[in-house]
Amino acid sequence: MRVLGAITGAVVLAAWPAGAELAPERQARLRDMVAQDCGSCHGMTRQGGLGSPLLQDDMVKLSAESVVHTILEGRPGTPMPPWKTMLSRDDAAWIAAYLMGEVK
Amino acid sequence: MTRVFAVCLTLALLAGCTPALRGTGDLGLVVERADGRLMVVETTGNTKLASVSGLGDLSHAALVYSRDQRFAFVFGRDGGLTKVDVLTGSIAGRVMQSGNSIGGAISQDGTLVAVANYTPGGIKVFDSGTLEQVADIPAMGADGKPSKVIGIADLSGKRFIYTLYDAGEIWIADLADLKSPRLTKYTNIGRLPYDALITGDGRWYLAGLFGEDGIALLDLWNPGKGVRRILDHYGKGKEALPVYKMPHLRGWAAAGDEIWLPAIGHHQVLVVDKGTWTEKTRIDVAGQPVFAMARPDGRQVWVNFALPDYSKVQVIDTQTKTVIKTLEPGLAILHMEFTPKGERVWLSARDSDKVVVYDTETLEPVAELPAAKPSGIFFTNRAHKTGL
Repeated sequence: MRVLGAITGAVVLAAWPAGAELAPERQARLRDMVAQDCGSCHGMTRQGGLGSPLLQDDMVKLSAESVVHTILEGRPGTPMPPWKTMLSRDDAAWIAAYLMGEVK
Repeated sequence: MTRVFAVCLTLALLAGCTPALRGTGDLGLVVERADGRLMVVETTGNTKLASVSGLGDLSHAALVYSRDQRFAFVFGRDGGLTKVDVLTGSIAGRVMQSGNSIGGAISQDGTLVAVANYTPGGIKVFDSGTLEQVADIPAMGADGKPSKVIGIADLSGKRFIYTLYDAGEIWIADLADLKSPRLTKYTNIGRLPYDALITGDGRWYLAGLFGEDGIALLDLWNPGKGVRRILDHYGKGKEALPVYKMPHLRGWAAAGDEIWLPAIGHHQVLVVDKGTWTEKTRIDVAGQPVFAMARPDGRQVWVNFALPDYSKVQVIDTQTKTVIKTLEPGLAILHMEFTPKGERVWLSARDSDKVVVYDTETLEPVAELPAAKPSGIFFTNRAHKTGL
């Protein structure tokens, strides 16, 4: 299952913009998560807090893969936790695209 | 006479002329974080009295009250400092004081409001009457780098204590002379202190460490003795779990001679002896605790949790040290606040868009109020508590 997930993720990443396959309900849930749960550290307007800013101008300087990796694996030594227990690779790819302004 | 009074009251309601007098002792504010708005509530009848909007990014908003319990000073994530009149439900003043803030404190005499900032790191201090800035104290650590500030609290005199997140230092700023604030610094307190609390008597300041298991402790009656480490390695032998929401030490739990603290990275609450500062026991709970808060009489400790267990609340009996009830008041319980004498507790259920009120004896819900993405709940009795 995990292998399948990884393959799907790779396909999604290749076929940018990511996350087009996610159901609208899931997309809505992820939008909420970005605003509320990520927002606790990164700010609801994404200008940062204990976590770094997630403004579109900052995000587009990064590669989608590195953002997906940070979401899923976290940043060891910092409070950024690995979200892979709650988010699939597709979810993370959609969030990366959302933060970069590729999907709404 | 009665009829005249009734007519006056009706006219007052219709025309908005002089409203009936009321006090503020049973009032409070609920943060509606997504809309940059506050609800003014009262805890006698569990109702909403007013909305105050226009407060900016309230994603991690905190507030303190003036000593007359009329005004709240609200610290927004976007650096906004807003003075809110809870009696009239209106904004009495607002300044954008930094790019990014986390919280603040009000001085013992109520004249100064200090804001702890992330960007740029440091504190700024304001006249509580006018919101005029009276001091700006950057937080440059011993390593020469600017540091985010967390865990600010008021001390006796015109002093504030706070912790530097990046540098791992505790500072005390004495503002008796506004023109030249005096700083006392404690360095090397431990890695990545994420929050701090001061005990209600003002004696002990504790900073929780994210970067290691342990707590930094400063005895403010004997400040010359410096900061010492307590509860070192409380998670020894167990791998720390990912932390999906930082524990909050403020709103801390002291029950009798014990202090109850969320263990970071573990599904446990630590019970610490307040005299010896050693661990007495630990209690397994349903998830990673965010707040562990004592009912004002110390008889119970209520605990809420980080993702993915954040829709549960557990009530611990402090005598038997057992979980006596697991509640599911709604989705994403972010905050809990006891009424001043503790007969009720208000809980914000962010993803259920409501605030739920529980009776703390029966542990049953007694009221619900609709609220848009509620987070922090703050009652005015905080005005008279050190560190809140």
